Amino acid sequence: MLALKCRVNVIIVTAMFEIIRVENFSPSTFLWEVIAPEIAQAARPGQFVIVRSDERSERIPLTIADFNTDEGTITLVIQAAGKSTDQMRAYRVGDSILDIVGPLGEPSEIENFGTVIVVGGGLGVAPVYPILRALKLHGCNTISIIGFRTKSLVFWEGRFRDYSDETIIVTDDGSYGQMGLVTQPLKEILAARHVDRVIAVGPLVMMRAAAETTRPFGVRTIVSINAIMVDGTGMCGSCRVNLAGEIKFACIDGPDMDGHLVNFDELIIRQRRFVKYEKQSIEMCKNRCQE
Amino acid sequence: MSRIARQHSAHLPPKTRATNFKEVVCGYTETEAVAEAGRCIQCKEPLCITGCPVRINIKGFIHLITKKDYKGAYETVTEANLFPSICGRVCPQERQCEAACVLGKKREPVSIGLLERFVGDTARQSGRHQTHEIVSTGTRAAVVGSGPAGLACAYDLAKAGVSVIVYEALHMPGGVLTYGIPEFRLPKEIVRSEIDNLKRLGVVIKTNSVIGRLHTIEDLMGRLSFDVVFIGTGAGYPSTLNVSGASLNGVMSANEFLTRVNLMHGNDFPRYATPVGAGKNIAVIGCGNTAIDSARTALRLSPDNVYIVYRRTLEESPARKEEIRHAMEEGVQFLFRTETKEIIADNEGWVIGMNCRSKDEAAAPDFLLNVDTVIYALGTMANPLIARTTPGLKTDKAGYIETEDLMTSIPGVFAGGDITRTKGTFTTVIHAMSTGRRAAAGMLKYLESRRQT
Ligand SMILES: Cc1cc2nc3c(=O)[nH]c(=O)nc-3n(C[C@H](O)[C@H](O)[C@H](O)COP(=O)(O)OP(=O)(O)OC[C@H]3O[C@@H](n4cnc5c(N)ncnc54)[C@H](O)[C@@H]3O)c2cc1C
Ligand SMILES: Cc1cc2nc3c(=O)[nH]c(=O)nc-3n(C[C@H](O)[C@H](O)[C@H](O)COP(=O)(O)OP(=O)(O)OC[C@H]3O[C@@H](n4cnc5c(N)ncnc54)[C@H](O)[C@@H]3O)c2cc1C
Ligand code: SF4
Ligand code: SF4
Ligand code: FES
Repeated sequence: MLALKCRVNVIIVTAMFEIIRVENFSPSTFLWEVIAPEIAQAARPGQFVIVRSDERSERIPLTIADFNTDEGTITLVIQAAGKSTDQMRAYRVGDSILDIVGPLGEPSEIENFGTVIVVGGGLGVAPVYPILRALKLHGCNTISIIGFRTKSLVFWEGRFRDYSDETIIVTDDGSYGQMGLVTQPLKEILAARHVDRVIAVGPLVMMRAAAETTRPFGVRTIVSINAIMVDGTGMCGSCRVNLAGEIKFACIDGPDMDGHLVNFDELIIRQRRFVKYEKQSIEMCKNRCQE
Repeated sequence: MSRIARQHSAHLPPKTRATNFKEVVCGYTETEAVAEAGRCIQCKEPLCITGCPVRINIKGFIHLITKKDYKGAYETVTEANLFPSICGRVCPQERQCEAACVLGKKREPVSIGLLERFVGDTARQSGRHQTHEIVSTGTRAAVVGSGPAGLACAYDLAKAGVSVIVYEALHMPGGVLTYGIPEFRLPKEIVRSEIDNLKRLGVVIKTNSVIGRLHTIEDLMGRLSFDVVFIGTGAGYPSTLNVSGASLNGVMSANEFLTRVNLMHGNDFPRYATPVGAGKNIAVIGCGNTAIDSARTALRLSPDNVYIVYRRTLEESPARKEEIRHAMEEGVQFLFRTETKEIIADNEGWVIGMNCRSKDEAAAPDFLLNVDTVIYALGTMANPLIARTTPGLKTDKAGYIETEDLMTSIPGVFAGGDITRTKGTFTTVIHAMSTGRRAAAGMLKYLESRRQT
C-alpha cells in the first residue's frame, strides 16, 4: 500500500495521516481515527475534510464526525457507497492516508436555540453527532431521532443518549426502536410541542422528506448538503446548489443550508452524475487496477 | 535589416496530437534558436523590453544566444523572470514583447517567447539553475497560494534570506499552471522542475492547507508568528451559466473539467479513480483561453464532436490567436455569433442538446445542437473565502483585494496576482509573477522599516 505513495519531494510537506483506530460498525460502515493535529485544532461541528487515500484516488468529502484536540485526532465515519469508499475498507491501523485537507465548509451555527431536534439517517448519523454535542453544551434542549435500516447497523446509541434529552431510534424493519422512517416521530413531536429548530443530516431524499415535514410547521430546518465535490475550495462549481434561485457552493457557503430553500430535485438528479462511470470503474478494476 | 525569415518551431501534426496530451509546440533546436536570435537587430532603444511586463533584458539575452552563451542568457533572463520555461510557453507574446518588437512593423517580429523558452529548457536540461548566497534575516513569511504570484513572491523572499512557508489548498502546488493550463501547452514536468528550484532556496510548501479554514490570516500573523503574509489565491471562482438547464447532468464549469483532467488525471480513468464525465458530443460555451483549453482537452478524450459556441466574432475573442488556430487545425468546430438559449435534457436529467440562436443573417436563426456535455468557460471571479474570514481586509465590490503598493489594508499583509486587479492589465501568468515580485520587494521594505523602529 505504501509503495504507491512515492511522491517524496522534500519541499512539499504533505504530512501523511496515520490511522490509529479502525472500528467496524457493520459490513459497510466503519470508523477511522486519524492523526491530524492541525485539522483537529481548527475543526468545528458541521465541517468536513476531503480525503485522497493514495496517488490515484478520488478526492472524497467526509464529515468530521469527531475531533480530539488533546490527542490531535479526527474521526471519520465512512459508508462504503461506491468504489473509492469501498477501497477505504482495506485500510488498517498503522496505514496512512496520503492527503487530508480541512477543515472545510462553514461551521454549523451553534447557540442556545431552545428546543432542537437533531435528525440523522444512514450515513448522516455520525456527522450530526458533533453538532448535537455542541448544541447540548450550549444549553439547548435536544431531541435526537436517528434512523437505521436494521438493528445490526445501529451505532453510537450511547453517544447520542449522553447529549440528548430524548433519543428516538427508528429502524426501517422495526427490528430495533420504532419501526418506520425518521419523519414519523419528527412529525409527531412537531405536532405536539414547540420546537425552535431542526437539523437533519443524511441522504438527500431523507433531508428533503425532513424539510417537507417541518415546512408546514414553519420551523427553521438546516440540512447538510452532500453534493459531489472536487476541490472543496470554491474553484470548480461541482457542488453548486440552487438555493431559492440563487447558486451557492456547498463547499464554501455550506454544507449547512436552509432546507426549505434548497432545490433537492436538482441535487438528487446531479447526485447520479457519475453512476455510469462508477459502474465502469468497478468493472474495469476487477481486471486491471492492480497494475 | 536581417533577411532570414522568422524561424518556426516544429509542431506535432494536428491529427496525431489531437489524440494525445503531448506538447504541441516542440520548441527550437539549437540551430533554429541561433538563427532566430540572429534576426534581432539589437536596437539601440529596444522597444521589445517595454512590451514585457517584467522588463526582461530581451536584447541582451538574445545577443548571448547568438554567442551560444546559454548560461549567460539564462542568467540575464532570470534577473527579471524566474520561470522562463513557463513564460516562454504561455505568455501572450503577440500582445506583449513581440507586439513591441520593431521588426514587427514591416515583417514578423523576433520570436522572443520561443527564444526565452529555449533558454529555460536548455538550462533545465543541463541541470543549470540559479545559485544564490542566502543570508538568513531571521524573519518569516507566509505565502498563501502557490500559483505564479505566490511562487514568484516566495522566490524573492527566500533569496533575500526570509524563511518562507507556502500554504496551498490543493494537494499539488502550481495554481492554474497545474490544474488549469493543459499538459499539451505546458507539461507538468516543467512546472514541477521550476517549483523544485524553490526547494534549493529552502522554501517549504505545505499542500492541503486552506487558509481561512485551517488557519486564518489573523492566525498567521498572530499565533503562528509570521512577520509578513502574501495572499496570492487567484480568482478561480467560476461564473455561473445563466441559462435554463445549467444544473443538468452533463453541464460543468471549465474549471471542473480541467481539474478533473489535469489535477486528477481523469483522462486515465479508471486507472486513476476520478471520472471526467464528458460524453461524445461536447459544447464549450465561451472563447477565451480557458474555453480553448477546454475544447482542445475535450478533443483529446476522443469524442465525436467538439464545438466552441461563442456569442461574438472570432476577432473579438480574447484568446490567443495561435491557440485558436491550433484548435481549428485539431478539429474543434467554431460557432461564432451564436447564443446559447437553453440546455435540454432527457427525462432523467441528462443533457441531450442545446438550443442556440445564430446572429448570422446567412444561417438559420434557431437550431438545436446535439450535444451530451456542456462546458461553460465564462470567466472567473474572486473567491470569497479569505475576505470572509479576514476582518479588516478591504476588498472592492466584486471581492477583489484592494492594495496600495501591493499592501492590503492590514499592515504586513500583501496581495498580488489575480486576486488583486489592476485596471487595464490582463490576468496573465507573467502579470501575476510580476505583482508577486513587487509585493516581495514591498514586504522586504516593510520588514526593514520594522527592524529600524
Ligand atoms: C460535505 C460532505 C460530507 C460527507 N460526509 C460523509 C461522511 O461523513 N461519511 C460518508 O460515508 N460519506 C460522506 N459523504 C459522501 C461521500 O463523499 C461519498 O459517499 C463518496 O464520495 C462516494 O465515493 P465512492 O467512489 O465510494 O462512491 P461512488 O460510486 O463514486 O458514488 C456513490 C454515491 O456517492 C456520491 N458521490 C460520488 N462522488 C462524490 C463526491 N466527490 N462528493 C459527494 N458525493 C459523491 C454519488 O453520487 C453516489 O450517489 C459526504 C459528502 C459531502 C459532500
Ligand atoms: C485554463 C486557463 C488557461 C490560462 N492560460 C493562460 C496563458 O496561456 N497565458 C497566461 O499568461 N495566462 C493564462 N491564464 C491566466 C493565468 O493562469 C492566471 O492569470 C494566473 O495563474 C494567476 O496567478 P495567481 O498566482 O494569481 O493565481 P492562481 O494561478 O489561480 O493560483 C492560486 C493558488 O492559490 C490557491 N488557493 C486559493 N485559495 C486558497 C486558500 N484559501 N488557501 C490556500 N491556497 C489557496 C489555489 O489552489 C491556487 O493553487 C489561464 C488561466 C486559465 C484558468
Ligand atoms: S516574460 Fe513574456 S512578455 Fe516578457 S519577454 Fe518573456 S514572453 Fe515576452
Ligand atoms: S525590438 Fe526586436 S529587434 Fe529590437 S532588440 Fe528587441 S527583439 Fe531585437
Ligand atoms: S467542490 Fe469545487 S466548488 Fe465546491
